[in-house]
Amino acid sequence: MAQTFGSKRTVVGAHYGLRDWLSQRVTASLMALFTLALIVQVLMPGEMGYDKWAGIFSHQWMKVLTFVVIVALLVHVWVGVRDILMDYVKSVGARLTLQVATIVWLVGCAGWAIQVLWRL
Amino acid sequence: MANTARKARPGENMRLIDALGYRLPLAGLVSILHRASGLVMFVLLPFIIWMFDTSVTSEISYSQFTSVFRSGTGLLPGWFYKLIALALIWSYLHHLLAGLRHLWMDATHAVTKEFGRQSAVVTLAVSIVLTLALGAKLFFF
Repeated sequence: MAQTFGSKRTVVGAHYGLRDWLSQRVTASLMALFTLALIVQVLMPGEMGYDKWAGIFSHQWMKVLTFVVIVALLVHVWVGVRDILMDYVKSVGARLTLQVATIVWLVGCAGWAIQVLWRL
Repeated sequence: MANTARKARPGENMRLIDALGYRLPLAGLVSILHRASGLVMFVLLPFIIWMFDTSVTSEISYSQFTSVFRSGTGLLPGWFYKLIALALIWSYLHHLLAGLRHLWMDATHAVTKEFGRQSAVVTLAVSIVLTLALGAKLFFF
């Protein structure tokens, strides 16, 4: 069996993990920056109401940024939920079923969010 | 099969019932809550998108959005929805702060036991204080 620890560990092969690890951090950074951008706009002077809130998402740059963040969220959540399933669900059949359900759930949610965003 | 006393073999995960016998250090608490908060947000994604949808689509949908939290729907009272929103607020704050803690440790290789404990205290304290503050705004102002 391939060694998974120590100096002689196998560091090549499909899904070794670096790609997932890195993409989770890159997407996390993007979402943190988005959070900051949103908070700054919410705290701008003016009473909070429909006009101000919807106005934030009406700028084209904010739409593009939000779109990118939705895609980043999709990747980020997939890595996280897959980790949870790999840790706790040992049966291959159940794990595959839940992974497929997760993908369906995430792609469906992302589609809905993008639709909301782009009809504004 | 009566195997409750069975010991985990090397390489096998410890069973939850055995793991619960150990006192979790604060860094461990932050870690499991990071996972739990992520799962909460994953499960509540449709509610989050519903909030986004109704709050930005039109002035009419915006007033529907606010009325759900003020006076509830036919089935459930407003405070119930506020409670869900508060759970999401905490989840987001904890997940964000615990994530920033990870990024900081990745970037600076700050992996001492002491830093782990102190940053865990900061993560828990800041996320709880901010949750309480935003919760007060949500429920009382």
